[in-house]
Amino acid sequence: MIAFENAAYSYSGGELLSDVSLRLAPGSFHFLTGPSGSGKSTFLKLAYAELLPTTGRVTLFDRDVTSLSRDDVARTRRRIGIVHQDCKFLDHLSLAANMALPFTVSERESAPQDLDDLLDWVGLSHLSSALPPQLSGGERQRAALARAVIVDPDVILADEPTGNVDWEMSLRILTLLVELNRMGKTILMATHDLNLIRQAKAQLQARVLRISNHRIQLAGADL
Amino acid sequence: MRPPAAKPASPATRALQVVPPSGPTVWLTSFTAGAMAFLCVFALALSLASGRLADRWSEALARTATIRLSAPPEQVQLQTDAILALLATTPGIASFRAIDDAETRALLEPWFGPGLPIEALPIPRLFEVVEADPGYDAEGLRQRLAAEAPGALLDDHTRWRRPLAEAAGRIRLLGVLSIALIGAAMAAMITLAARAALAANAEVIRVLRLVGAKDSYIARAFVRRFTLRTLVGATLGAAAGVAGVAALPAADAAGGFLTGLGFTGTGWLWPLVLPPIAALVAFLATRRAAFAKLKELT
Ligand SMILES: Nc1ncnc2c1ncn2[C@@H]1O[C@H](COP(=O)(O)OP(=O)(O)OP(=O)(O)O)[C@@H](O)[C@H]1O
Ligand SMILES: [Mg+2]
Repeated sequence: MIAFENAAYSYSGGELLSDVSLRLAPGSFHFLTGPSGSGKSTFLKLAYAELLPTTGRVTLFDRDVTSLSRDDVARTRRRIGIVHQDCKFLDHLSLAANMALPFTVSERESAPQDLDDLLDWVGLSHLSSALPPQLSGGERQRAALARAVIVDPDVILADEPTGNVDWEMSLRILTLLVELNRMGKTILMATHDLNLIRQAKAQLQARVLRISNHRIQLAGADL
Repeated sequence: MRPPAAKPASPATRALQVVPPSGPTVWLTSFTAGAMAFLCVFALALSLASGRLADRWSEALARTATIRLSAPPEQVQLQTDAILALLATTPGIASFRAIDDAETRALLEPWFGPGLPIEALPIPRLFEVVEADPGYDAEGLRQRLAAEAPGALLDDHTRWRRPLAEAAGRIRLLGVLSIALIGAAMAAMITLAARAALAANAEVIRVLRLVGAKDSYIARAFVRRFTLRTLVGATLGAAAGVAGVAALPAADAAGGFLTGLGFTGTGWLWPLVLPPIAALVAFLATRRAAFAKLKELT
């Protein structure tokens, strides 16, 4: 679904990611870990075509990202649910409207009927008309996750979805992602919480990618 | 726990709301459009009026001339007969007539007021000459008049009307140029306003792009808003302009050949096209600005 072939990326300075080759198979669950500033978010941005590789190839759904027009990128993103590290919302719209946003902008005739179920699923039913600035960090993280899945994407890319929540909430978010994976979604989750990774490995077959020395390697069972 | 799936429901009426309302700049756009439309009405009125003037004058210039006779009272009738006889035998004249006292009084009334004792004044006698096609030889006519009716003077209006007609034509051109400039200035201002609005909403646009919005979708929210604001502003501005023009004193009634600055007949329909044109200009300007800015932002 998402494949990197000898891809590299550099901001203005030296190469941040070098020679990345990997493939996210349908239905797989990957963790992406590495020190802060190692390039986890950058990797995810390459995976949803916010950034283009400086060398090598990134293919999304069998299409080279460099060949995608701006409209193609928009259409591709409707197949990828993205949870950003900073959980950006439209602050003038209610939580429910924000969650429906991927649906609204895809210009389908209809609105999602299961918005209520989805709010329920992430435990935010009571906040459906609240504005995003009124939400707590954990509520924002869950709302971002709900927004990412509303258009029924094939892939979910989550950038530190448990970034600023306590252990209990982290487990809850992890549980949501595990459920999505069981429904057949391909999941890639960036995190530096090794405990969470261990917790997940007890529940499902997950692989761990680690960034070190600008390269991404599959971590062994040792972790 | 259930699979989140997309299913049909209500229409996407929220499309416009994805961009937050932007406060005072709304009124800046409307105000600009209104002021421009207001100015445009006057430029339009000016250009239509000077067009009429130029037409009227050049038409008159082409066809009519006047012979003025100032002679001692005892000679007037003699010379009048001479002039009429002379005109009757001049080739190239379609028609001619002596303007009688009543008509002369009417012509002079705007300048001297009613009840003018014309008989008591040394007012020259006037003859109207309408040129045929091809016309008469003005120089030849002048010489023959000098010989047979020394008090007569041929005035073919060329001297003073040609520059006036030219000036009127020039004013019409300036009016049209003003309208074009006003339109261009409006497009420029709306482009700036749209770019500012897009820049102010850079974060919103980023979020929209990330959840899969196409450029055309995002642009539409801005374009529709600016077009509507412009339409409203231009409608009000044009209405105010028309009211202003309508309130001008009607110069036609007072001043013979002078024409008023107002609109006449179907000319009143012209201001009606201003709001739709302004809206179209806003639509195109915002659209251009939006697509350019979107590429720049994300
Ligand atoms: N737009 C940018 N321009 C230049 N440098 C950038 C840009 N974005 C990120 N970087 C740099 O690239 C490096 C990797 O950033 P990235 O956000 O990918 O790290 P990360 O692994 O996600 O870190 P964290 O765990 O803190 O989220 C950092 O050193 C950062 O300063
Ligand atoms: Mg990061």
